[in-house]
Amino acid sequence: MKSKIIASLLLGTALSVASASFAAAQDKIVKIGVLSDQSGLYADLGGPGSTLAAQMAVEDSGLTAKGWKIDVISGDHQNKPDVGTAIARQWFDVDKADVIADVPNSGVALAVNNVVKEKNGVYINSGAATSDLSNAQCSPNTVHWTYDTYMLAHSTGQALVKAGGDSWFFLTADYAFGAALERDTTAVITANGGKVVGGVKHPLNTSDFSSFLLQAQSSKAKIIGLANAGGDTTNSIKQAAEFGIVKGGQKLAALLLFITDVKAIGLETAQGLNFTETFYWDLNDQTRAFSKKFAARMKNGAPPTMVQAGVYSGLIHYFKALDALGSNPHDGIKVVEKMKSMPTDDPLFGKGEIQPNGRTIHSAYLFEVKKPSESKAPWDFYKLIGTVPGDQAFTPLAQSTCALLKK
Amino acid sequence: MQALYAQLLVGLINGSFYALLSLGLAVIFGMLNIINFAHGALYMMGAFCAYFLLNVMGIGYWPALIIAPIVVGIFGMILERTMLQWLSGLDHLYGLLLTFGLALIIQGVFQNYFGSSGLPYSIPDELKGGMNLGFMYLPIYRGWVVIFSLIVCLGTWYLIERTRLGANLRAATENPTLVRAFGINVPRMITLTYGLGVGLAALAGVLSAPINQVRPLMGENVIIVVFAVVVIGGMGSIMGSIITGFALGVIEGLTKYFYPEASNTVVFVLMVLVLLVKPTGLTGRAA
Repeated sequence: MKSKIIASLLLGTALSVASASFAAAQDKIVKIGVLSDQSGLYADLGGPGSTLAAQMAVEDSGLTAKGWKIDVISGDHQNKPDVGTAIARQWFDVDKADVIADVPNSGVALAVNNVVKEKNGVYINSGAATSDLSNAQCSPNTVHWTYDTYMLAHSTGQALVKAGGDSWFFLTADYAFGAALERDTTAVITANGGKVVGGVKHPLNTSDFSSFLLQAQSSKAKIIGLANAGGDTTNSIKQAAEFGIVKGGQKLAALLLFITDVKAIGLETAQGLNFTETFYWDLNDQTRAFSKKFAARMKNGAPPTMVQAGVYSGLIHYFKALDALGSNPHDGIKVVEKMKSMPTDDPLFGKGEIQPNGRTIHSAYLFEVKKPSESKAPWDFYKLIGTVPGDQAFTPLAQSTCALLKK
Repeated sequence: MQALYAQLLVGLINGSFYALLSLGLAVIFGMLNIINFAHGALYMMGAFCAYFLLNVMGIGYWPALIIAPIVVGIFGMILERTMLQWLSGLDHLYGLLLTFGLALIIQGVFQNYFGSSGLPYSIPDELKGGMNLGFMYLPIYRGWVVIFSLIVCLGTWYLIERTRLGANLRAATENPTLVRAFGINVPRMITLTYGLGVGLAALAGVLSAPINQVRPLMGENVIIVVFAVVVIGGMGSIMGSIITGFALGVIEGLTKYFYPEASNTVVFVLMVLVLLVKPTGLTGRAA
């Protein structure tokens, strides 16, 4: 009798060990946290649209049909680094999240970057601009997907300096993003023989820019560089028109402009602005097809912004890496290494690669805002005026200050 | 020096919005004893009302200046009739919490339908362009805002402090029972007063629609500053809040020139200083 009990106990233990190791080999459970500004000034360029993009990536990855169980959760960082890191920690510790995606606002993005590294998760950043994510602050857990300040400076900035805009005055959002964008653009201006004659730092989310614009006007700079984003940029542009700044011969450089911003400014005021994005819904048949599906599911029928498209594509690539690994190792560094070893190729951003510093390389497009008479449909806003190949648009590896490259 | 003049004028423009909004708050607080936290949301509704009038019904800016305050004012009176009137006689805190909740709901509903990045509303053709004043280029529309809001502010002050209607109103807040004994319908007067305060907020919303974008959170940013204005000016003092509104706009403008990073906080630093030295505000009477 006793031996029978021992035997059955042994058998039970053996079975449970076997099933545990079976589970480890076949762990196909993934949890994705989309961390964004859900209600503030960046909510329309990321926010609920980014969560939708993540859900669409899960559906389009085809992994659920292969037995994977993938959950998407979302959170609101309110543009506060402390709120962002608290949510990230909770997601890793309590919700057992594997990935944090999106995270616009460079200040929050850099803070979350450290948490993801500490917890060995995967960080696919689409929304933040600071080029520090693939330079001084780079991490083996991070992929910076969509765009960065270096790219913005080198496409829009360079084009304007070469067209004769050799003196600049900056209107800069007073936090990590604005500082990075001003720094990277200043480097481009001086390298091309121009100079920066002055600048003013304004608080994030300012509604009245008239004082700052008057200072820019009296500086007599040829170009007024807007190193800000979202509502700050749209307000700057609208009010600059009001104060006759463009008519007075000064030119505005919207270093970072999203399609939702153009909508908010209105084509009447925005027409003729030059800027750079890495995605536009009307680029080709594939982007149009995706955008149509996306817009149908958005509450206000808006097409995806560059940031939302980046959330989709970054996750699609992540799922490809998981599929190649066969199961989820719950090891951020391992998954990101796999992602870096595979060339990127998706319908929205085309072919590219992820460099060892975590920077995704793909083409950047120089756009001009259409005149109201040229716009044939809702959201038909951009005219493509140039394409910068990926290897010229982003930081050359030789210049990257990322510590991962010095192994 | 030229730049300084320009900054003073720009400060005056912002000051007109502060004055219009804080005036409405002061009227409501002075007459109803309610700290109206929904003021920012109602200001936003004024701007949206102008936007709808233009884009849905094709009604332009000038009629909107009259229609939007009336529409939003009626909405305010419904709020007063259905909810706020039950709070009279209770602690200020109840009114504050109720209106704060209302503000969150109104903003949430608008944000749900319109997102947060805003809708364009263009300046009416008659007020496009600008004048060169020598030291700056003044957009005509902004000049119009300063003059128009000054007229509205002084008109409201006159109505409340110098007319018979205003006298009845002030008497009704001092002693409602006695005023009722003279055959005056006090509850109706209170409702109309709330409607007036709300209408002023909506009017500021219409005025600001062409300058700022029409967006659900436009009131959230401005309302906190306006509350500081009311506190500095003295709660419930009509002239106090008008003068403080314009003065703080100018002070903020100067800060933007000398130390832009502090432009968001200077109003609150002043508020703290005023509260330390004169807790009733600059023109307020002791309670």
